[in-house]
Amino acid sequence: MTSETDPKPGQALLSPPTIGQLFTTFAAISLSGFGGVLAWARRILVEQRRWLTADQFNETFALCSFLPGGNIVNFCVIFGTRTRGPLGALVALGGLLGPPMILVMIVGAVYAHYGDVPVLHRMLTGVAAAAAGLMLAAVAKMVRPLFKNRAVAGPAIALATFLAIGILHWPLALVLLAIVPASVAVAWRRA
Amino acid sequence: MKSEAGTLLTLAAFFALTSLFAIGGANSAIPEIHRFAVDVQHWLSDRQFADSFALAQLTPGPNLIIVTLIGYRVGGIAAAIVATLAMCAPPCVIAYLVGRTAERFKGAAWHNAISRGLVPVTLGLTAASAIVIVSVADINWVAGVVTLATAVTAFSMRLHPLWAFAVAALLGAVGLI
Repeated sequence: MTSETDPKPGQALLSPPTIGQLFTTFAAISLSGFGGVLAWARRILVEQRRWLTADQFNETFALCSFLPGGNIVNFCVIFGTRTRGPLGALVALGGLLGPPMILVMIVGAVYAHYGDVPVLHRMLTGVAAAAAGLMLAAVAKMVRPLFKNRAVAGPAIALATFLAIGILHWPLALVLLAIVPASVAVAWRRA
Repeated sequence: MKSEAGTLLTLAAFFALTSLFAIGGANSAIPEIHRFAVDVQHWLSDRQFADSFALAQLTPGPNLIIVTLIGYRVGGIAAAIVATLAMCAPPCVIAYLVGRTAERFKGAAWHNAISRGLVPVTLGLTAASAIVIVSVADINWVAGVVTLATAVTAFSMRLHPLWAFAVAALLGAVGLI
């Protein structure tokens, strides 16, 4: 059994993963994660396998959240590349995406047959309503730090993004091409 | 009726473009995917979109498997694979290139400005995703109460998503939603 606790400082990292381990590990991370794969990526890569220190994990993750696309997908590409090169990135991606893709297609095929059964539809509506609630909670948690520095620019930008995308249903690319440069310019001037 | 190849091309082009603007992941792109798949292309109804979102939440894996499911709905297995690869490929190429050079610009002033500039945009996008899901899923007041109760619970304590989904599905199963 592997330990669930953080490795002690100075404790040696284990040797980097093989190609096969990259596939199985990212498949395990992917299939463990409901509503957020990140916690499992940390537990498995840092605590169980000890391929990364907690600091290395945080730094790589900070880089990923700054790039477009899913954080865990980016993480998997960067970790795979750094340990086993381009092939490592592809294999890790295959592990991350392959098994859930197969699962979700099976789910899709079942839904195509039984999606019109009223009780199933009502259950799914309940799940979607709960998932919307989880997103609202995530929003509420992000709101507090935004108002901390008493600047109006942050809340104004968040509100403009919300209105343009959520209420007016404008195309995402056009909205972000206008808002992101403005928001970054404000952050730059305040630095 | 468009040809099959035409549909695949449309899927590939749409998700490849959208992937570059999905800050933080596929959940930020929910409003855009809804706008295009439901309002523009009429591939799905609001109800099917809400169901697809719920099914993707119930399947383990990264958030972007909603893209696989929508592709599957539109054109079977080939479309599912095309849509997923299109949603992944551009960000993956960028991550690959940046991952090899990142040490060089870590901590640079422009790097910090971009990171901080993206925070309010991400917040706005998450709020927009939530309101779009609310608009397709909260078909009656009970569903609205489920959304609010889940939001308050998840905000005030650590809540495993599967608990919230199980309770909400049960309310649906007994006919309350």
